[in-house]
Amino acid sequence: MISIFAWIVQILFVPVFSPLLVGITKKIKAKFQNRQGASIFQPYRDLWKLLHKDEIVSHDASWIFKFSPYIILSLTIIVGASIPLLSLATKNNYLGDFLVLIYMLALGTFFLALSGMDTGGGFGGFGSSREMTVAALTEGGLICSLLTLALASRTTNLFGIVNFGLGFHLQYLPAIILAFFSFCISLLAETARFPFDNPATHLELTMIHEVMLLEHSGKGLAMMEWAAANKFLIFLTLAVNLFFPFGIAVSLSLGSLILAALVLVVKVLLLCVGIAALESFTAKFRFFRLPDLLFTSFVISAIAIGLIF
Amino acid sequence: MNLFKKLFLTPKVLVDIDKISKVNDVSIVGREIEKKIKKLFNGSLAIRVVTAGSTNACEQELVALGNSYYDVERFGVHFVASPRHADMLIVTGPVSRNMRQGLIRTYEAMPEPKIVVAVGDDAISGGIFKGSYAVLDGADKVVPVNYQIPGDPPSPMIILKSLFSIFVDLDKKKSQNK
Amino acid sequence: MFNYLLTSVGLLISIGLFLVGAVGALLFNKNNKLANWWGNVAAIFGSLVALIFSGSILVSKVPQTVTLLNGSQFFNTTLRVDLLSAFFIFIISLLGLLCSVYGLGYVKHYYNKYNLGVLGFFYNLFIVSMILVVSATNALSFLIVWELMSLTSYFLVIYEHREEENIKAGFLYFIMTHIGTAFIILSFLLLYRETGSLDFEIIKNNLANTSGLIQNIIFISALVGFGTKAGIIPFHIWLPKAHPAAPSHVSALMSGVMIKTGIYMLVRIAFDILPSTPLWWGVIVLIIGAVSSLLGVLYALSEHDFKRLLAYHSIENIGIILLGMGSALIFLSLGMKSLAALGLLAALYHTINHAVFKALLFLGAGAVISKTHTRNIEDYGGLIKYMPRTAFFFLIGSMAISALPPFNGFVSEWLTFQSMFNGVAALSSLTKLLFILAIGALAFTSGLAVMCFVKVFGATFLARPRSAHVKEASEVSLSMQFSMAVLSVVALALGLSAGWAASMFASIAVSLKNLNNFVPAISSTFKLVNANDLAIMSMPVAFGAIIVVTSIVGSLIYIVTRKQKVTHNITWDCGTNLTPRMEITATGFSRSIITIFNGILRPTQQTGVEYRDAHLRYFPKNSSIHFGLKDIYSIFFYKPIQELFLKVSEKIKKIQSGNINFYIMYIFLVLIGLLLIFVM
Repeated sequence: MISIFAWIVQILFVPVFSPLLVGITKKIKAKFQNRQGASIFQPYRDLWKLLHKDEIVSHDASWIFKFSPYIILSLTIIVGASIPLLSLATKNNYLGDFLVLIYMLALGTFFLALSGMDTGGGFGGFGSSREMTVAALTEGGLICSLLTLALASRTTNLFGIVNFGLGFHLQYLPAIILAFFSFCISLLAETARFPFDNPATHLELTMIHEVMLLEHSGKGLAMMEWAAANKFLIFLTLAVNLFFPFGIAVSLSLGSLILAALVLVVKVLLLCVGIAALESFTAKFRFFRLPDLLFTSFVISAIAIGLIF
Repeated sequence: MNLFKKLFLTPKVLVDIDKISKVNDVSIVGREIEKKIKKLFNGSLAIRVVTAGSTNACEQELVALGNSYYDVERFGVHFVASPRHADMLIVTGPVSRNMRQGLIRTYEAMPEPKIVVAVGDDAISGGIFKGSYAVLDGADKVVPVNYQIPGDPPSPMIILKSLFSIFVDLDKKKSQNK
Repeated sequence: MFNYLLTSVGLLISIGLFLVGAVGALLFNKNNKLANWWGNVAAIFGSLVALIFSGSILVSKVPQTVTLLNGSQFFNTTLRVDLLSAFFIFIISLLGLLCSVYGLGYVKHYYNKYNLGVLGFFYNLFIVSMILVVSATNALSFLIVWELMSLTSYFLVIYEHREEENIKAGFLYFIMTHIGTAFIILSFLLLYRETGSLDFEIIKNNLANTSGLIQNIIFISALVGFGTKAGIIPFHIWLPKAHPAAPSHVSALMSGVMIKTGIYMLVRIAFDILPSTPLWWGVIVLIIGAVSSLLGVLYALSEHDFKRLLAYHSIENIGIILLGMGSALIFLSLGMKSLAALGLLAALYHTINHAVFKALLFLGAGAVISKTHTRNIEDYGGLIKYMPRTAFFFLIGSMAISALPPFNGFVSEWLTFQSMFNGVAALSSLTKLLFILAIGALAFTSGLAVMCFVKVFGATFLARPRSAHVKEASEVSLSMQFSMAVLSVVALALGLSAGWAASMFASIAVSLKNLNNFVPAISSTFKLVNANDLAIMSMPVAFGAIIVVTSIVGSLIYIVTRKQKVTHNITWDCGTNLTPRMEITATGFSRSIITIFNGILRPTQQTGVEYRDAHLRYFPKNSSIHFGLKDIYSIFFYKPIQELFLKVSEKIKKIQSGNINFYIMYIFLVLIGLLLIFVM
């Protein structure tokens, strides 16, 4: 009974709470800007409204444009269900490998970029080009930062990594902290945050992620926005749960699940405040400075791997 | 052709400045707006602004809506980057000839349901540019305008309150239709 | 009757069918249609027989031997098909079968333009020579069929001989492949010197006492020789020129399997023939793999000739195969045979995967080219509306080569990653660092490959047509669609049956002498499980999850939005008149990555403006911009060698004085020298 409950939570957690996370991030940013900001439930309202609007599809678009929102959203839901969230009991031996996770998300990015090019607009194409440039260069840092953990715990399964991290290993701490920094850079790149991308910009020429969504409307846009929110929550959860796994439930009892949920919320909120602060206090980088940052991420994690012995 | 039919058939409602409420507190007006938006737009109103040859005065006022004093975002209103995402099209400026096509395309690019609001005297009738060879004397000559907010430029407060009266009107029509 | 095909007779029947096809096609060369059908149908049946034959060996795991003529130690015509050979014959005949079916429809556009009998002749000989190359047991007969393969493929490269560019490409290919062959001969001669035999079986058993130096020379010359065929950097320069020149179904075979014969012999020599493996062999192979994969994909990104781009991707994928092989060699030298088997398994898996999806992509490219009559990606756009099925198959090929789950490319890349992860975990100091860099190279490579195929697919099939070529296009004939469809299914099947296929390939890897019967670090049927429990994953579950969740999401969204309408309108582009020229082009798409890697790619840029009035220079008439890349291999590798040769010949020229007395003196000097050597 409780395990069914745990699985339902595992599957629904990411899609249900991701808009809330986006709302919270926006709220924190608004506070930094001395504004009150929108309600933290605003993203839910946006999604609901978009689902009740008509959709306009370009004459030039093919089935790829119509199909990609579905596959992108589904992939984020699948990935969200196969990462460690609250409990180790929902261990996923089939999709819990970190390479599977990265490549599943890459499949989403592939379709996102294709849908950007599909309508033949001037903006979608360069958005795809930029997104793919950033995504391609992120991959090294992303894989190597997670590899650090995998080497320390001798498994590439995310649940195995968490299980290992629960026992405190002082000798790996420097490596894990370095890898965490590297992962955070990849996180900002993958979720289109500062200094890579400005999620709030209205200027097409400065956009990376948003510019591919310009052509989507109605339910397509809703799914794309939802998928982006899911991805944000997935990466934040990974960052806090893999690198600092304390609090995650090992056994399956209602109490431990609730405790784990509380700890997860606190951890994610802390990281969220950090990202919002970063977005408020730094400027977006020039596009051609981004590779430096991404290569830095790779080098940091390479050093981190070197520290694992 | 469809567009022409709509141009003539769409009733234009000029917001009567004298009739809008005298309350000048942003938060009170805002709360009312929020309630209406929840009712009419599922709690989220996305606005796309098209500057059709404006003097930039109206834009300044619209931008001011987003600053920390007015902060319309807290009421569920936000400005978007693409007409595909928008529920409401705000037109400013007298519509210069060069912007005619752009305005029509923007209108057509918006998914239903959509509302068009002309903000400022220029957009209503051409304002001080009326009669010039370069302008088309108002947005209603080009796209079906549903509501007009007068002022040259209208202050953020007036825009807010006008939005509120627009929502009241919309609400009334909606209940009549039912 | 059927049972005969499973025995060694099957191989002979298959070879016979190919030869009948070759000769028949040549005889009927006056009749386009007959020559086409004769050549391709013979190839289809020949491939089918070879497919059944090699498949039965892979299943039964019993090697087969056929002797045509009783030869001596120096030359014999014995064909021996062990598991490794059977694996490669399987790939060759699978692709041979599908490319021939494709060819039935594809070569129609050569009717009355080029001689189809000649095409059928060389095509059949080409396939049969590849089958013979991987089953030859004698160095001399190997060299003969190797040369046959090189020559037939050379004639296929210059088949469209009315285009000057193809002749040049063919010439370059001819030169490079023979430089490679020279190195191969060198390594075979050394093997003969050590063992006194040219028979691989005998060589294999008598090499134990060979000195390390000789083994090193053998390995390096084999690496250069077979690496030239495989297209490793820096010996790859022929590949991006020759592959696009050939007819597309031949390009598919060349890229899919011909370059793999180089890999076959490298595996054979490094894992089966040479007894010991020093660490640095693996290190060199790993470095070559990393460099080839990264540079291959970077050059592919900057390319806008459809087939040349795919050819650069072959270099990239050969690099990935070498990454697996290099890690296997390193593990082998350190005695970790179980991990070595894992690395080799990854390499073999990627070999068949690359053959499948690269053939699929080349066939797709051929379909597009046959309809649009141009190879320039910039002239495409919007083809998905004109050729929807080709576009769909090409999309599957793109996803497979970009290593996206649940397709086959992902599985082999995952295995390559895992074997290198094991390298980092098990080793220390410098080799560990090397593995980290190799992992980084592979990670960036796979990221860039995704980008490249977004570019290719987007610029070719999506958006609006950018030239009039596209508007004439229509869907290709059924035989071409059939081949692409089958390859798409195979690409998916090789992904979904990962566990089963991996254990099959593992048994091939451990059948080699240096890995004899070590349990590979892989097991299970549907999941891939690593013995060390480093990793575990399941492709069928991934595929099932994608299908199930997408349909659930789709139906939920449908229920919520069923009242909403979907309307069609023009693309939003800020109210301007959007023309196809405003779409992003393939060049524009990859421009940012070229700028980022300008240290390696060395982009060049020439701008030119033409004015209406040359004196006033106020009103430009037209302006042009030309992007290009400097070829760093020719600058840093081939140019210096060429200059060295010129300089040395310049020096040597001086002995040619033209005076007859001097020449007589030279003759005497040589005679005295020879005498001295004999006396001493």
